Amino acid sequence: MTRKLTLLAAAAATVMMTNAATAATEIQWWHAFTGRLGELLATQIETFNDGQDQCTVTGSHKGNYSETLNAGIAAFRAKEQPHLLMVFEVGTATMMGAKGAIKPVYELMEETGKDFDPDAYMGAVKGYYTTTDGKMLSLPYNSSTPVLYVNKDALSEAGLNPDMDLSTWENVGAALDVLKDTGHECPLTTAWQSWIHLENFGAWHNTPFATQENGFAGLDTELSFNGPLHVKHIGQMGEWAKDGKFIYAGRRNEGGARFRAGECAFFTESSAGYAGVKKEADFDFAIRPLPYWVAAPEAPQNTIIGGASLWTMAGHEDEEYACVAEFLNFLSTAEIQSKWHQDTGYLPITNAAADLTKKEGFYEKNPGTEIAGMQMTAKAPTGNSKGLRLGSFDQIRGLIDEELEAVWSGDKSAQEAMDSAVKRGNALLRRFERTNK
Amino acid sequence: MQKRVVFNNRTLPYLLVAPQLLVTLVFFFWPAGQAIRQSLYLPDPFGLSEQFVGLENFRFLLEDPYYRASFGTTAIFSTLVTLTSMSIALFLAVLADRVIKGSGAYRTLLIWPYAVAPAIAGVLWLFMFSPSIGIGAYYLKLLGYDWNHVLNGTEAMGLVVVASAWKQISYNFLFFLAGLQAIPKSVIEAAAIDGATFWRRFWTIVFPLLSPTTFFLLVINVVYAFFETFAVIHTITAGGPRQDTTILVYKVFADGFVGQDLGSSAAQSVILLFLVGILTVIQFRYIERRVHY
Repeated sequence: MTRKLTLLAAAAATVMMTNAATAATEIQWWHAFTGRLGELLATQIETFNDGQDQCTVTGSHKGNYSETLNAGIAAFRAKEQPHLLMVFEVGTATMMGAKGAIKPVYELMEETGKDFDPDAYMGAVKGYYTTTDGKMLSLPYNSSTPVLYVNKDALSEAGLNPDMDLSTWENVGAALDVLKDTGHECPLTTAWQSWIHLENFGAWHNTPFATQENGFAGLDTELSFNGPLHVKHIGQMGEWAKDGKFIYAGRRNEGGARFRAGECAFFTESSAGYAGVKKEADFDFAIRPLPYWVAAPEAPQNTIIGGASLWTMAGHEDEEYACVAEFLNFLSTAEIQSKWHQDTGYLPITNAAADLTKKEGFYEKNPGTEIAGMQMTAKAPTGNSKGLRLGSFDQIRGLIDEELEAVWSGDKSAQEAMDSAVKRGNALLRRFERTNK
Repeated sequence: MQKRVVFNNRTLPYLLVAPQLLVTLVFFFWPAGQAIRQSLYLPDPFGLSEQFVGLENFRFLLEDPYYRASFGTTAIFSTLVTLTSMSIALFLAVLADRVIKGSGAYRTLLIWPYAVAPAIAGVLWLFMFSPSIGIGAYYLKLLGYDWNHVLNGTEAMGLVVVASAWKQISYNFLFFLAGLQAIPKSVIEAAAIDGATFWRRFWTIVFPLLSPTTFFLLVINVVYAFFETFAVIHTITAGGPRQDTTILVYKVFADGFVGQDLGSSAAQSVILLFLVGILTVIQFRYIERRVHY
């Protein structure tokens, strides 16, 4: 009996000691950032941890976007999930479908009673992560949109005016002809081909990528990027590839290395590529809006985002959720957001951060950095340009990559390839629909 | 008269094999059973719900022409990897077997690549043959060849085969060398005295006597090419361009761990399991007959 009591006392003492040692509530944040972005993220955490003593946030790098999502899912199955998980925009539908695994942001804020005004967030950014009835599900963290990077020196060398109008693909096409004729080896390259040349292309030209408002309005969505406009663009890119005017470098952002090395004249890439280009390019470069086809009557509409948002996972204690809410509010402050925006080229997620950046004169000092924001906010988004919400989207992008490669190598016509991609993608969408019923 | 060991205790033999059986049960039969079960369901990624769909996962796969095409890709890939890694290893082993001075150094150097993890091997070869910055691609360009495995399927296949085989050469080399050294020198010397040339001695004496080793390596290499090469594919081509390097095991990985489609991924594992089972049976029934122990 005495022995039992001693044990109990010892146990109690241990519990008290651990409590004293970790007075602050621990929050786990799993993310996908390394290098410069990883450092900036770590600084945000540090600033938060130093600013108060109730909560301690710990960041853990879990690999690339796919790997991080996968780690979060595996952890949830083992009941060891983190509080916050960074999920790329492609995984949005997967996360939304997992109703028992997540705690939506609006619910988190309601339950913890923290100040939360969804209207403070930029419409074009938060729309991607908000339900059709206006409930915000995850907090946008890093959002970017595609723009055109121009090597001005390459244009001058080819005898072109480096400040020429490049707002349309017609004009870009003419410039490509001149570049090719003067012997340029890489007139145009791209990163993230599906995201830029099919997904954003659809939004920018107000043409659906998929039915049901690109999947926002229902799981019974079907892909529709085999329409005339998408096919015309991909067909033209295929022609350029055949003529050596468009150089395909790979499925991800392999083209970035070539553009930064000065080998390529034009480069379509995320606005978040800005930091890298600015750091490495030893030539004169400019950022221009993503081109559109004049022939398309509804262009330019607005472009959509890529990047990641932070999802709160279910199954944690109330006091931990209070800390999570506190941290998300901290990340949304104008100071943190404008610094993030200026350091990385990602969009600011709140209107206040955008205003602050403007007030600080950042855009005047760094011409071109305002273009991404303008491109997204110039017009109110339509059903075709709010974003995309498709299940199994990572796989669908993979098969789109395969079909596009068949176009670039001349094996398939644009129409054949897009028809095939739509058919294969729809089969995956139907499977996803069934698992989420 | 043959000497036989007789166990008087009835339970002892079972006890002695129990650890091995347990390991097989836990690490093979249990996961394989799980895979078979999961292949009949359509689960959501988080394991919150699942529905029984019978053989639908299999039907979904086999109706897909792209999946069927990846059988052909796998056959080409495995054949090339096995042939390349075994023939080069045998060649090197025959040479190393004749080296008298400094043979230890040669052997160590040849065994070295085996210590490299497949993913690292993949990255290494990718860097050397990256179309824009790779040194291999650079020299090919000097020779007038425009290397671009990002769009050229044949080049991509060549690159993943070389990267996968390169690693395996060391392993094969080790076994071939041991096999060569086990062949009695007297037989070879007798043939040499009879006037047989080196190649004749090799084909009529060495190669047949080496057949147990060759057969063992054939089984091991086919299994390697089927199952362990996905890291190489993942780092170098991710299955592309188009689907030119999407082998079956890579698709299992991509659909399961990237696409979160666990039902389909499990069904693919089951198909792969049976395929390799059948292949191994064929190897043992038809090829092993020609092996002289």
